[in-house]
Amino acid sequence: MSNELEFLSRRVASGKLSRRDFLGRAAALGISAPFANSLLSSAARAAGPVKGGTLKAGLVGGESTNSLDPALMMTQVPFAFGKCWGEMIVELSPEGKLENRIAEEIGSSDDAKVWTLKIRDGVEFHNGKTVTAEDVAATLERHSDEKSKSGALGYMKGIETIKASGKEVVLTLKEANADLPYLLSDYHLIVQPNGGKDKPDAGISAGPYVVKTNEPGVRHGAERFANYWQGDKMGHADQIEVIVINDATARTAALQGGQVNMINRVEPKIVDLIKRLPGVTIRNHAGPGHYVFIMHCNTAPFDNADLRMALKLAIDREEMLDKILRGYGSLGNDFPINASYPLFTEIEQRKYDPDKAKFHFKKSGHDGSVLLRTSDVAFPGAVDAAQLFQQSAAKAGITLEIKREPGDGYWNEVWNKQPFCASYWGGRSTQDQMYSTAYLSTADWNDTRFLRPDFDKMVLAARAELDEAKRKQMYHDMAVMVRDDGGLILPMFNQFIDATGAKVGGWVDDPHQELMNGYALAKCWLEA
Amino acid sequence: MSSPILKLVAQRVALGILLLLAVSVLIFAGTQILPGDVAQAILGQSATPESLANLREQLGLNQPAYLRYFHWLGGVLTGDLGTAMSSGQDIATSIKGRLWNTLFLAFWAAIVAVPLAIILGLIAVRYRNGWVDKLISGLALASTSFPEFFIGYVLVYFFAVKWQIFPGISTVYDGMPFGERMQAIALPATALTLVVLAHMMRMTRAAILNVMQSAYVETAELKGLSAFNVIRKHAFPNAIAPIINVVMLNLAYLIVGVVVVEVIFVYPGMGQYLVDHVTKRDVPVVQAVGLIFAAVYISLNIIADIAAIVANPRLRHPK
Repeated sequence: MSNELEFLSRRVASGKLSRRDFLGRAAALGISAPFANSLLSSAARAAGPVKGGTLKAGLVGGESTNSLDPALMMTQVPFAFGKCWGEMIVELSPEGKLENRIAEEIGSSDDAKVWTLKIRDGVEFHNGKTVTAEDVAATLERHSDEKSKSGALGYMKGIETIKASGKEVVLTLKEANADLPYLLSDYHLIVQPNGGKDKPDAGISAGPYVVKTNEPGVRHGAERFANYWQGDKMGHADQIEVIVINDATARTAALQGGQVNMINRVEPKIVDLIKRLPGVTIRNHAGPGHYVFIMHCNTAPFDNADLRMALKLAIDREEMLDKILRGYGSLGNDFPINASYPLFTEIEQRKYDPDKAKFHFKKSGHDGSVLLRTSDVAFPGAVDAAQLFQQSAAKAGITLEIKREPGDGYWNEVWNKQPFCASYWGGRSTQDQMYSTAYLSTADWNDTRFLRPDFDKMVLAARAELDEAKRKQMYHDMAVMVRDDGGLILPMFNQFIDATGAKVGGWVDDPHQELMNGYALAKCWLEA
Repeated sequence: MSSPILKLVAQRVALGILLLLAVSVLIFAGTQILPGDVAQAILGQSATPESLANLREQLGLNQPAYLRYFHWLGGVLTGDLGTAMSSGQDIATSIKGRLWNTLFLAFWAAIVAVPLAIILGLIAVRYRNGWVDKLISGLALASTSFPEFFIGYVLVYFFAVKWQIFPGISTVYDGMPFGERMQAIALPATALTLVVLAHMMRMTRAAILNVMQSAYVETAELKGLSAFNVIRKHAFPNAIAPIINVVMLNLAYLIVGVVVVEVIFVYPGMGQYLVDHVTKRDVPVVQAVGLIFAAVYISLNIIADIAAIVANPRLRHPK
């Protein structure tokens, strides 16, 4: 069969080409209708999951310092490998809905303070034991303990008591929180036997793959778990392997040479080149991650609302999206939420307006230049972005002085310390999480020093509100406050850009994290 | 062998040990000068005064620096390199595999590079100033002048992507069959060979040419020996000391200087391991790796010295 026909039949199977068009193209290539029809049905059959083979991913974000302890997971490789061997209490579906995993049902009291998780029957750990309510409770307890140094500790602190009784786990919160199920989908909260209290880095959970090799910073391998509780949905390949390839060129070459089936973090500037390679598919999709310039609202000269507004108006978002992200992103609007969050509402897009910026700058009474700190590590292209900002601001009569800081120590010495700098956020799964992490007066990571008691009250009220329509309105009002008064300049949301090689089937875009929220290896398959 | 050689060799070894001790002091002092102490680095942002005090007590950081140095040195001498801060793993165990990988790659690169460089050097001398000499020198200098990452990427482009003869990523692991392992290291070993080739080749050429001016070479020529025999029997043995020196220097480079090649080919060796831990401020690991690198460098230099001494007929046959 010619390559073109094979390609076309796959496009029909994936719904990108109509059957009628396909038959037309086949006729043009001199293929008879009955044969073309048989091609089509074999392509459609191939669209279902195929069992077997070894699926390999070459990923950036692994170091020899990594551990299998879920509490310590920080970077992409432990995250993606964790989704292969770990099983979650609850997960977010690609559509942003809650998907029950080990918890079969999640219910709350009317005031959203007491939550009950009903544990699913018949889920088995890799060591042969059955997952019990005690295991789930112990997992949550471990991540609430300061000593575990868990990345989920921030949210877990809000839980006052954790009790297991029979098949249920009952959580009592310190303060009402309607988002608790979303918080439980945090990737650190992998359910382990006895919560991993005995051996946190044993790598044993109830996920679709059983850990076989674990060489931190080099490679991680796993084999399909025969007793996985939903084997029809995940765990199609017999084996999976994650190879750590931190160098971007080596990663691309490995995909091109067929040594791996998928890679993460394709650089925007080479996407157009990679797209043309035979067999390679670029998988780019919007996520909650964003690139920012942040001003401390309580530090001169940024304590002046007019100066903040002048700088927000003096940045050319469209140019930046175009030049820094090569279009692989979306415009920011100076509040940290976009359509990948539940309960998002559109707000009028802020545009580059040098005249208005000039007006606000004059009104602020600020004299002289404004110092902006940036660094290569702030986000990819942050130094170039600062220079673009400098040029667009100059047209508004604002002089930006750029100071390039060394990447080493940027997150300790500059970010969250200096009053105006470049940075990025990976985003969170709910609006409440995002606002609580970085915009509450009391938040450690309030990197814009946004100190508004009325805003804090709104965050807490929205958190406890179970009526969706009311909540949506509250989040809209909060977004407007941050956008118009906050210290956040958000030029763009970035996209996750992954790439897959030939024969990888079953890819579904997931807005929550790269690589299908980490599930690419567990959910994809190798086409025969 | 006679006593002057033994004495000289013993002197070199003793000097090397002294030097290594000095280096260990430097490494230890260097990591002490870094701002913040190990306890602060371990606890990071979440440090409270009490937990800092507890951890310092636990790690023995309250003792004076010289006591800690001897404690560390004692551990190193008995094979205990401590545990890594970032992952809690035993350093000696994790370094063992990495060091083995690095040595494996360096060994095969050297097996190819050293004889090749010397033979090319000899050929260049034989046809000196002719087109063969110019071609060899030109190619070798060109391959050395290109940065390692460029050579690496060019090799990957042709051999891994275009022709798909060798894998572009060289991840090796325990229990990998020997054939597969050799295939995996083919490209990084080639890149390393190209990088070190010219230095050794040019040195061989220069050293032999230097000797070629001597009277005894002229005598040999007048005796009617063929040009190759003159070089092999008379010039090469007398030029061997500087050649060994430069070979050893390049061997040391193959072991301690391959970070870039390791990163490009994703080879799990010492360089990658060191970089990961430097970024995490994992001081015990950095100390251990630093010391190992220093030891490799110093011992290869001692070997070069000794070889030069042994190769010197005036020392071998004292009057």
